[in-house]
Amino acid sequence: MKNMSPTTSARISAQQSDRSFALHARRWLQNLGPLGVLIVLLLVFEAARHNFLSAGNLAAIAEASAVPVILTTGLSFVILLGAIDLSMEGVMAASSMTLSLLCANDVNGNHWGIWGIAAAIGVGLAFGLVNGLLNTILRMPSLIVTLGTWFIGLGIASILFPSQVPTVQDHWVLSIASTHIAGLSLIVFVAIMLLVLFHLLLHYTHLGRMIFAVGGAEATLVMTGLPVPLFKLAAFIISGLMAGIAGVLLSARLGDGNANIGDGLLFPAVSACVLGGTLLSGGRGGVLPSAIGAVVLEVLNNGLIQIGAGPYVRNIISGAVILIVVAVSGLHLRRKLRVVK
Amino acid sequence: MQLLETRGVGKIFGRVTALEQMDLVLNQGEVLGLVGQNGSGKSTLLKIIGGLVQPSSGEMLLHGKPVRLRSQSDATMHGIGMVHQEQSLVPNLTVAENIFLDKPNPAKAQGLYRWKQLYEAAAAQLRKIEVDIDPRAIVEDLRFAQRQQVELAKVLAVEDLVSHPPIILFDEPTSVLTPEEIRLLFRQIDRLRQSAAIVFVSHRLDEILHISDRAVVMTDGRKVADEPVSALNRESLYRLMVGRQRAIRAPRGIQSDEADPSKARLQVSGLSAGQQVRPATLSVAPGEILGLLGVQSSGAEEFCRALFGAEDNVQGKIKLNGAQISVPSPAAAVQAGIGYLPANRHVEGMLKGRTLVENMALTFGLDYGHRGILVNRRAERQVATEWIGRLKVKTRSADARIDDLSGGNQQKVVLGKWLLSRRLQLLLLDHPTRGLDPGARDDLFAVIRAEAAKGLSVIFIADTIGEVLDLSDRVIVMRDGTMSAEYNLNRGDAPSEEDLVRAMV
Repeated sequence: MKNMSPTTSARISAQQSDRSFALHARRWLQNLGPLGVLIVLLLVFEAARHNFLSAGNLAAIAEASAVPVILTTGLSFVILLGAIDLSMEGVMAASSMTLSLLCANDVNGNHWGIWGIAAAIGVGLAFGLVNGLLNTILRMPSLIVTLGTWFIGLGIASILFPSQVPTVQDHWVLSIASTHIAGLSLIVFVAIMLLVLFHLLLHYTHLGRMIFAVGGAEATLVMTGLPVPLFKLAAFIISGLMAGIAGVLLSARLGDGNANIGDGLLFPAVSACVLGGTLLSGGRGGVLPSAIGAVVLEVLNNGLIQIGAGPYVRNIISGAVILIVVAVSGLHLRRKLRVVK
Repeated sequence: MQLLETRGVGKIFGRVTALEQMDLVLNQGEVLGLVGQNGSGKSTLLKIIGGLVQPSSGEMLLHGKPVRLRSQSDATMHGIGMVHQEQSLVPNLTVAENIFLDKPNPAKAQGLYRWKQLYEAAAAQLRKIEVDIDPRAIVEDLRFAQRQQVELAKVLAVEDLVSHPPIILFDEPTSVLTPEEIRLLFRQIDRLRQSAAIVFVSHRLDEILHISDRAVVMTDGRKVADEPVSALNRESLYRLMVGRQRAIRAPRGIQSDEADPSKARLQVSGLSAGQQVRPATLSVAPGEILGLLGVQSSGAEEFCRALFGAEDNVQGKIKLNGAQISVPSPAAAVQAGIGYLPANRHVEGMLKGRTLVENMALTFGLDYGHRGILVNRRAERQVATEWIGRLKVKTRSADARIDDLSGGNQQKVVLGKWLLSRRLQLLLLDHPTRGLDPGARDDLFAVIRAEAAKGLSVIFIADTIGEVLDLSDRVIVMRDGTMSAEYNLNRGDAPSEEDLVRAMV
């Protein structure tokens, strides 16, 4: 102890900084893994079909990825908590019906214009708020809460559904899908903007970092005296908000209101988060990794269609790729005593 | 100068009185050593002062004014910081974020982070306590001892938060630190001594005598002594705390016979585990207690975990009773008759929320059942209750939940889980006395000695040098994954503390 030489402590500190460098490098590799998968997929499909990387096809991939990216952005906040939000398909249905019945349409005389958009997004926000309140105040598991609100959303949309499909005639709404800049619709730009905005929120605000922290050690934050329920509430609201926006964008693209508009989007969104490295156990990942996961799934889908795979084969291959990527990217976690649930 | 005073403070948990009528004064420029057995109320008292627990009765005065601390961050804002026994860091945040988690700082103005400023502020705090940790590192990537230093930096940052002298509470900070890290910690305490009021809790009486100015001894939630340290010595402190004389070690007659490998219980040749354990060769005789000594990262822990099948990348040969065995997993180790008491009992040792009997019957309960298929609850209960008695577990019933016991009694139950076995050959104890008071430690050692006398071989990793000399027949010192020294205490080797420390670092 007392006779410990200065060289010994120098050696220890040198070892520590070596270790710290190695750790940084490893973190980077982990974070870049999903991006690597994306690049490999692009190159593989380009080798198989030579016009895969053409501007036209890349634009098609961007259009297809836009809404899934928005959905995973919202979902990531809830998953970072270590919770889950299953309600997005119901929220999108309710949001879509709200939009199509409040904006100019061929069923009723409403003409709310931009306020109709706001109302539809507000529906999403309200769903998120309800999810969050049930989870934080009544302390119900998010899985059950959002399973319930999923079906409540679908039910509300079905009740609102009039005798015929309401066609959207509002030019504000339709212009979101029809206005193109540099070959891409506004939907793509909205998605990019939201992605950047919420990435900054997650990394540069107290709220974002605390949502991140809740997934790491909720009890510690509670004991520190931080308002943990507020952070959770915010995450659910963000998720609901994103689903509401997604409902508006999809309605704009289709040109009508539809209770089935979100069908089949939940599972790919959850898969995309996991694929990107946002672990369901919470506290790991972020909106950018999740968005990369979403793009990977769209590239895969697009590429498989181009090489002529049918829908069933596509399902098999997509499922297999998700399993392989998660298995490979989790190799470093394969310690004997790690618990997998 | 008097900083904080508690008047008649008490705390009742359900029907259990944890703390009764506590009058305590904390003065600036004084280190108060707080000692007591497990469950004596030390932790409760500390948690009340640290804002984590609300007292059921009595009042607290800060600078002579009554104060109510509603939470830990409330206490922080009053200049009271606490270094926890169990760490209170958020694992997936950076070191810098953790240091400022419970305090305002300019880098977080209006809810926006200025990362560069945050890292600089954190680096300044880390420099203050002279540790070399990157503030950008994610806490879960750090080793345990490094995390402890981050915790220390986090707490000492309250110094800059208030204009008056801070109050710093240390809840058994040394139990997981290496001698070098303890030295660093004591230097911090010495640096703070003049400008703060310090409460220091430790089970190591030497540390209390070394660092404190005044010692308070607690028993069953009450203060039984409050005296200047100059009036105390090891024996008197021990007597106040345990109420009985220290047992003196009686040498035992077990010889480790390495010359005759056919008699060895355990023979290990060329066992390695990744970077942590270099190929190691040793043997252990039946009934022998082998003590392993080493600083954190010396490889002693990994060596034991490798024997138990809980490490990755293990290579080498293991022979038990002369027959070669392979232990790819803890299940295989248990099957072969190897038990392991983990250092982190909360995570790896016990099932929280379950009863003592359930915990003890966890691994070997089926041995008392019918043909290895049906359990026999009555037989499990009977043998578990018997061990609860032999281990002197303080509990109202064998059906109490393990969470309701103090740390030392929990550890006895976890040990009991292994002792229930009828076919245990080798028991590995990884820091078995961590968080135990001297009385509970003596109980534990007595049982281990008794089992060894019946033929059980034991390898144990000690927390302190005194402990290893107290319990072992043979001592092996490890450094950087290799065995750097060996002393056979029964053959007359008598290494001094200096010898051992020199072999450790």
